[in-house]
Amino acid sequence: MHLEYFKLIDRIVDLNVAERTIVVDAQVPKENTIFEGHFPGHPIMPGVLLIEAMAQASGWLLIAMNKFERMPFLAAVKEAKMRSFVSPGDLLKVEAGIVHEGSGFAMTSAKVSVGGELRCNATITFGVVAFPHPDLRKHMDAEAKRIGFPLQAVAND
Amino acid sequence: MGRRAPLPCASGIYLKYIKGLAMSSTFDQVATIIAETCDIPRDTITPESHAIDDLGIDSLDFLDIAFAIDKAFGIKLPLEKWTQEVNDGKATTEQYFVLKNLSARIDELVAAKGASA
Repeated sequence: MHLEYFKLIDRIVDLNVAERTIVVDAQVPKENTIFEGHFPGHPIMPGVLLIEAMAQASGWLLIAMNKFERMPFLAAVKEAKMRSFVSPGDLLKVEAGIVHEGSGFAMTSAKVSVGGELRCNATITFGVVAFPHPDLRKHMDAEAKRIGFPLQAVAND
Repeated sequence: MGRRAPLPCASGIYLKYIKGLAMSSTFDQVATIIAETCDIPRDTITPESHAIDDLGIDSLDFLDIAFAIDKAFGIKLPLEKWTQEVNDGKATTEQYFVLKNLSARIDELVAAKGASA
């Protein structure tokens, strides 16, 4: 997790395009300036960042389903529930699945767990559009490599 | 035994009911979806209502409606195609977003799906 660059996802553990599901790992850093302010004496991962982690995991699933031809952008977050605290050093398992794939938009259901215990979940809506800039497409290719995106998952179906 | 009185269902009310089911059930479903999704009083939604201009539904809120319509009718409203056509001046928003027209488009999509199944 590189919070300064808003990179929440570390590794794709499982990507199943046919089942339209994804599982990713995200390691919360032990130390970060965010925890100095949020909160002194009781450092916890901000809920908005947990939502972002769920959005990014969902986003990679949508990128896979669209074979890197379209980019999902966060459009709406529903029923986001922060069920218990996430602490510095926690290893997050983020899981997402498709609720609906519409024309130019998609909805996912995502959750975060730590050690098998559910910490938060949400239903997330994305606008799914053509890449607005070639640099972004290149960036996503590089990011895919960084997080171990299994290219074979989108190559032959 | 005397002559039987005509059954109530033989009256015009029944015919109107049957006609209503066939002609406007799609609209009724769409109106109910819009009322529930966007918290708009059901009785203000008519077949002539324009979802954007009259009901004030924006594009993001319309995604929730599209989701509910897609699920209810087992179709995929081609929102991107429609948007493109409107942007290119090949269609007007009225063709897709006045509810009687939207309902007709839904009926067409359902029929097309049935034909290709």
